[in-house]
Amino acid sequence: MEPVIEIRNLSFSYPDGKQALAGINLLVQPGEKVALVGANGAGKSTLLYHLNGIFTGSGMIRVNQLELNKNNLPRVRAMVGLVFQNPDDQLFSPTVYEDVAYGPTYQGFDPHIVREKVALALKAVHMEDYTLRNPYHLSSGEKKRIAIATVLSMQPQILAFDEPTAGLDPRARRELIDLLLELQQTMIIATHDMNMVEQLTPRTVLLNHGKIAADGPSLDILRNDRLLMTNGLI
Amino acid sequence: MASPALKSAHPLKTTPKGRWLRELYTPNHSAVHRIDARVKVIFTLAFIVFLNLTPSGAWPAYVLFFTWMFSLSLSSRLGIVFVLKRSLLALPFVLAALPLVFTGPAPLGHISVLNAPPLTYSVVGFYRFASIAIKAWVSVMAAVLLAATTRFPDLLTAFSQLKVPTLFITIIGLMWRYLFVISDEVTRMLRARTSRSATAPRSNRSGGSLFWRARVTGGMAGNLFLRSIERSDRVYAAMLSRGYTGQPAAQKTTRLQKKDLLVLAAGVILLVILWLLGVITGG
Repeated sequence: MEPVIEIRNLSFSYPDGKQALAGINLLVQPGEKVALVGANGAGKSTLLYHLNGIFTGSGMIRVNQLELNKNNLPRVRAMVGLVFQNPDDQLFSPTVYEDVAYGPTYQGFDPHIVREKVALALKAVHMEDYTLRNPYHLSSGEKKRIAIATVLSMQPQILAFDEPTAGLDPRARRELIDLLLELQQTMIIATHDMNMVEQLTPRTVLLNHGKIAADGPSLDILRNDRLLMTNGLI
Repeated sequence: MASPALKSAHPLKTTPKGRWLRELYTPNHSAVHRIDARVKVIFTLAFIVFLNLTPSGAWPAYVLFFTWMFSLSLSSRLGIVFVLKRSLLALPFVLAALPLVFTGPAPLGHISVLNAPPLTYSVVGFYRFASIAIKAWVSVMAAVLLAATTRFPDLLTAFSQLKVPTLFITIIGLMWRYLFVISDEVTRMLRARTSRSATAPRSNRSGGSLFWRARVTGGMAGNLFLRSIERSDRVYAAMLSRGYTGQPAAQKTTRLQKKDLLVLAAGVILLVILWLLGVITGG
């Protein structure tokens, strides 16, 4: 099977010179759920932002055999749905409907198709009744679901999450994990939530200072206290 | 690490995408940087006032004002390009003065471009426009120079020592502090929008209508406004909980040194001389 994400020798430095990623190599198979763990500043978010070209480092990224470059960017963005850590950044419209409709409307779909896509996406996150609400006044858990719906409406094959469970109360967190277990897309999840990793993602990639320190079955990595300790995770 | 063969296949270059709002202050060690902030504030204000009091058409005086500001910029080691680029901020003022060219008094001149019907312009109006453009440009250069050679906290201290009301200083200080927070917020929001601005597979049209995009942008601006208000409430609560009473902490005031006073006096006297020259030569 061809990998859905192929990253070869990806490096990236911030404009201030700080090296955030150094020689990342990663293959992800279709349908895989992968956790991206690492201490603060290890490069998790930076790596996620590369998947749809928000950041562009040196190296090669292929999504669905399509090499990520300037010309392909719009198409790659349709394949990779990036869910940001803070839903407030992602939800910028006056109503939930408009926010979820942003992606498909931008893609140029006809209004009735957009409506269908929005309905499907909201159904997938169990938020059908929220279409006319103002996203700003929802609870954190609700905002998170809407943020996920805003990318689901573009029917991406890959979902990339930045700290999806951060700031959620235990019930909202549990419901979110249940939701992520339901969704069939390939997932890359940057997180500190080791319990979620155990329940949700069979594979874990451990980052440290912009390099992959370990890549393997989550249970093996989670049981390796020494590895977790040296990489700042306990 | 990177083999040469792989490197040639790299389609992506590192593009610096940082914050688009930058602090103007540039830490150099020049004589201009070292001058007391109060001297710089007073001098810059006096410079702008005298420059703008100079009558229109006083070209020799303008040249001298410009040369003075330009040489100060050079000696501050900010770089010519930096100062000139930043002084483009004067453009809106210049544009606002543009109608003068066509609405000024007689005598009227005519120009025609490429067989088009001739355009009527006023000679006096053009001189006035040119004077305003030069004044605006050099004034902004002066302000840029002040901001780029003085640390912002020093500027605030200078304002308070010059008896600017504390309320204003507090507002300016907080604005400066949170401008960067808000600009980061804008950056994150734009990032989130960009990552959803995609093209459907097997489709070539994307982007949506202009009206729709304007609506989205309006929504973003409204959201930002809401968040800023709520953030300001939280910030204020946090300030109150740490004992904020509206009065800033007492600062110790140092008196201006003799050397500083001398620099300031010499500068202002030179300004007056330039202004007088302008009055004599101007129309």
